[in-house]
Amino acid sequence: MKLSFNVDGDEFTLAGESSSQVKKVLKQLGVPSEVIRKIAIAMYEAEINMVIHANGGTIDVDITPEKVYIVLKDTGPGIPDIDLAMQEGYSTASEKVRELGFGAGMGLPNMKKYSDGLEITSEVGKGTTVEITVYI
Amino acid sequence: MLVRELKETLGLTIVAGENGVDKEITAGYVGDLLSWVMANAKPGAVWITIQSHVNIIAVASLLNLSCIIVAEGAHIDKDTIEKANEEDITVFSSEMNAYELVKKLTEIGID
Repeated sequence: MKLSFNVDGDEFTLAGESSSQVKKVLKQLGVPSEVIRKIAIAMYEAEINMVIHANGGTIDVDITPEKVYIVLKDTGPGIPDIDLAMQEGYSTASEKVRELGFGAGMGLPNMKKYSDGLEITSEVGKGTTVEITVYI
Repeated sequence: MLVRELKETLGLTIVAGENGVDKEITAGYVGDLLSWVMANAKPGAVWITIQSHVNIIAVASLLNLSCIIVAEGAHIDKDTIEKANEEDITVFSSEMNAYELVKKLTEIGID
């Protein structure tokens, strides 16, 4: 099954909507709740990052009996140093965003921790692609 | 313990998500940084926070939390209330701070 979403970068209030929809579909498909939890956490963090840093983007989700494969693409500023961004506590989020409880520097570490495969490709000034795999 | 029982026992005000009050509370979590909550709150937890914007509902819904208590009388956004009603996530308001709330929760057996 394939699902696609457009994430609106201006609509902060809708951030997390795509993740919620994917969670609902996985529940209907009878995917075990521990697996859904991993996907929900990893995808939510990636979706929030798109809104906070990249003015939105697109998400494609491919669900097979073996795995869930999520590709998040944006045309935002890109990540100059991915290793640095992966470090817990490192964040470039604005003060405004931090006041809302985001920007703790745990987004990428959470994606890594809760996915079975994480690939990040990024080019400064062009954008970032995040690929998340979780096995069912 | 059910969410509806929490209301009476702790004297909380329901702000939104009245349809979610039959959920079972099986754990608790306190936190205001959403990524930490995402990573560490257990399903069925009552979540105490001073964050009150709409994204707390997405977090609670994605993690299957039982309910949210917004502590210290923090103002709760209209968007949050609408989203909570849509997702059936009960949101309580309390004048107590997180420490006082946790004390009460442990007294009634929520560990």
